[in-house]
Formats: sequence, C-alpha cells, structure tokens
Amino acid sequence: MSRTLPVLTVVAALLALWYLAVIPMNAQWERDQAARAGADLPFGQLVARTMNQDRPVLPAPHQVVAELWNSTVIEELTGRRGWWNSGSLSNRSLIYHGWVTLTATMLGFAIGTGAGILLAVGIVYNRAMDASVMPWAIASQTIPIIALAPMIIVVLNSIGISGVIPKAIIAAYLSFFPVVVGMVKGLRAPDAMQLDLMKTYSASGGAVFFKLRLPTSMPYLFASLKVGIAAALVGTIVGELPVQQGGLGVRLLSGSYYGQTVQIWAALFAAAILAAGLVGIVGTIERRTLKRMGMAT
Amino acid sequence: MRDADLQPVIEARDLGLTFQTNDGPVHALKDVTLTINKGEFVSFIGPSGCGKTTFLRTIADLEQPTAGTLSVNAMTAHQARQARAYGYVFQAAGLYPWRTIGGNIRLPLEIMGFSKAEQAERVARVLELVELSGFEKKFPWQLSGGMQQRASIARALAFDADILLMDEPFGALDEIVRDRLNEELLSLWARTRKTIGFVTHSIPEAVYLSTRIVVMSPRPGRITDIIDSPLPRERPLEIRDSPEFIEIAHRVREGLRAGYDEANAS
Repeated sequence: MSRTLPVLTVVAALLALWYLAVIPMNAQWERDQAARAGADLPFGQLVARTMNQDRPVLPAPHQVVAELWNSTVIEELTGRRGWWNSGSLSNRSLIYHGWVTLTATMLGFAIGTGAGILLAVGIVYNRAMDASVMPWAIASQTIPIIALAPMIIVVLNSIGISGVIPKAIIAAYLSFFPVVVGMVKGLRAPDAMQLDLMKTYSASGGAVFFKLRLPTSMPYLFASLKVGIAAALVGTIVGELPVQQGGLGVRLLSGSYYGQTVQIWAALFAAAILAAGLVGIVGTIERRTLKRMGMAT
Repeated sequence: MRDADLQPVIEARDLGLTFQTNDGPVHALKDVTLTINKGEFVSFIGPSGCGKTTFLRTIADLEQPTAGTLSVNAMTAHQARQARAYGYVFQAAGLYPWRTIGGNIRLPLEIMGFSKAEQAERVARVLELVELSGFEKKFPWQLSGGMQQRASIARALAFDADILLMDEPFGALDEIVRDRLNEELLSLWARTRKTIGFVTHSIPEAVYLSTRIVVMSPRPGRITDIIDSPLPRERPLEIRDSPEFIEIAHRVREGLRAGYDEANAS
C-alpha cells in the first residue's frame, strides 16, 4: 500500500516528539530525588529514569504500551480474576471495561441513529417540524454533556432505569445530531428533475421515499454515521464517570483519583483504538454499500 | 389534413399560464390553442422564454395553467398523469446513478406494479428498441452521454404510454450523435406509432423530425405560426439538402424572426 509509508513516518515523528517531551516533563521529580539523596545525577541517567517512573507526569510510550498489554492479555491469561483462571473477564482488564463501553456505545448509536433518521424524515415531510425541530436540535448540542449526563442518570435512576440504558441514552444524545443534519440534507438532495420524473409516473409518496430520497441520502448518511459513532463512544464514557460500574470512563476516573497516569493513558488509547475500529467498520460498510449501489468514488 | 379519422389526443384552448414574481406577473403562456392528433410528431420551437417547455410541462401536469382548458386523452392533464398517459424525456438523461441501466428502465415498471416477468420482458424489449441491448447491467456513468439519453428514452417507453413528451432531449449532445439519435427517433416513432411532443431550439432538428412545427415567441409566450410539413414519413438524413426541406426551414426562420421583432417592438 502506498499509504503505509507516509502513515508510518507520521507515527514515528509523533513518537519521537513524545519521547522528547517525556524528559523535561518528568525531570523535576528525578532531580528532587537526587538532591534529597545528595547524589549526582548525570544527564544519561536522568533520561533513563524519566522513561521509567511509576507515576510520571507524562508516561513514555513504551510504558503505555506495556500497560495496555498487561491490562489486557496478561491480566486475562494469568490474573487470578482473569478469563483463563476464572472463566469470566477480569474487572481489572481493559478488555472487560472496553466491552462494557462498547455495548453501551452500540445501543446508544442504534437509538441515536434511529431517532436521527426519524427526525430527519419528519423535518423533510412536515412543515411544522421543519420550522421547529432544527433550532432545538442545535440548542441541545450547545449544552455541555458533562453537565447533563449526571442529571440524565439521576432522573432515569429515580424511575427505576439504571445500568446500560442511561449510558446509551447519553450516547444517543450526542450521536443523533450528526445523523439529523446529514439525513435532512441527504433526503433533500434529489434535484427538481428527479422529483419531476417520479411525478410523471404518478408515484406514491412511499415510492418517492424508498426509490429516490432514501438512495440519494446514503452517502450523506454514512458520513454522519462515522461522526455519530465516535460521538456515541464519547457520550458513553462521559456517562460512565458518575456511575462507576465499569467501562473505560471508570478506568480514566479511577486512574486520575490515584494518580495512575499510565493507567489513564492506557485507557485513553483503548478508547481511541475502539473508536478507530468502530469508524473503520462503518467505513467498510459504507464502501461495500456504495459500491453495490454503483456510487463508489 | 383534417381527415375524419384524425383523433385528437391533446387539445389546448386559450391556454394561459402566468407566474407571479416580485417584478410583477410573467406571462409564460398566453392564448395557446393547439390540437395534437394521434400519431403526430409535433415540434415546439422558439427562443428561450417563449414557453415551449412550459407548454410541454403543462401537458404533463408538472405546471398548472391559470387560464383556458387543456385535455389529454379526453381527460384533464391531472387525470391523464394519474392514468400514466405519457412518458417524459427530460433535457438531461437523469438516470438514477445507483441503478443499472436495466434498473433505471425498471423504475417506472416497479412503481406501476408490473410483474417481475413482465418487467424483465419489457426492459429487454425497449433496450433493443433504443439499441442498447447488452448494457442492461452497466451503471449510467459507464455510458456516453448519447447512450445515457437513449436509456432515458427507453425508460419513457417502457410502460407503453401512447404519448411521448420530449424536452430538448438532445440539446446537450454533439451534432454527430444528435443526427444519429434523430434518425433513430424517427424509426422508433414509425415502429411504435406514438404521439410525440418535442421541444427543441434547433431548426434543422424540428424540420427533420416533425409532421408539424409549432413556432413560438416570448413575452408573452405564444404560438406565432404552425407549419405542416409536406415531407414524407420516410426521411433519410440527406433529405435535409432537398429544396422542400430548405423551404420549410426558411419559413420556420421567418416565423422566429417575426416573433422576435414583434416582441422587441412592443
């Protein structure tokens, strides 16, 4: 692949920058330690030590990779509570927490996408909704989700709904918006001539929708879904912070409680890998669908 | 010409259409009276703004007249559209890009509820009619502009309406392709015996194709001349060099010029 080389170059450059940044970020602590012990600290030793602190300000990349490895494969295969020894996923592993986040993300994404498409259909077909819904949809996205999430959880909990549903609703709250915007544009994309053609066939509203508007909107829908699924993941993580019942959000929060920067970074990367995977899957479905529709670009 | 067996298909009487715009009313059509009989090939020619496309769209019930009466197949234009009385060919082919050529031609058949077997049979038949057999599984972007327009004609023919309305269908094509499609259209018309309304801004095209040429002029859009063509139904391309052809073309040009002068004088 001709894209491999440029991508690897950028990754290598970022890693180099990261390693360079690690030294000054963690140096102060090492110097203080050395001063307290009255020892000399040659520069070479300083550099080596900044790369391997227990609680660095900025962990080195290899520490994050090691933590990712230890809290996934090693934990599940050798840990007392791991999958190998106990038959179920360990609650200390990122696989377990990633799975918790993934299920809520998928449920929220499905709800958000469904609601987004329904709202878009309403906006396109109903004048009153056209005039009224969009400002509210935009307003909904201006409220910081971090402020709204605890309230959604409290309200739902008070009517007896807890667990995956509240997190999924927060995920849906973020992911419906790009779908509405994209689908409204997509459903309105047919030009006057294409609509006139349907009129000359005296086509029913249903036929115009399923045979013209919906196929026309597909490229718009997929562009929205890619944004929407990443937003759903962010929403789920935010929704996990106040609940503390597992998920990558919990790992992020507990890491920051106990100053476990390496754990925070590992959870961050797990979330990023998950998001990249999800967007990649949507992209693959997009390519296959559009290719089958003869619209691949 | 006015034989007893001539059967009127489209009858417009004192038809008018006025658009209300911010700059005041625009008379797109005014007092248009015309009868098109079964099996005729009638061309509408005139400068832009003369209402030729508007008139065609009014027949198709895509625009609503504001004055006069219009009947299509002895029904109102609206009823005729609901009865799927006509096939319409637009300026651009307008094939749906996510459907194959066959799928595009099947579109009206699906909407009108033909059986799967009948759909396949009709698609094959009209593809052969426009000489596109073998292209059924191709997507529109794989075809040239001329082939796309032929596919759009096949799409309009697929459900076998008696009337074919064509709005400058070859306007965007180069002259060589256009000549060829004109020839094919004539032979198609001879085989299917359809009534054709054809909008064009090309004098040779109008004279070559039509049994009757309707000359229109703008401000307000109206008919200024109706010319019966004495040319035989069998028309090789060379007929365009014959004195009869040149004479009709001359008369059309005179009509266009008269309408133009009149519109500018008023």
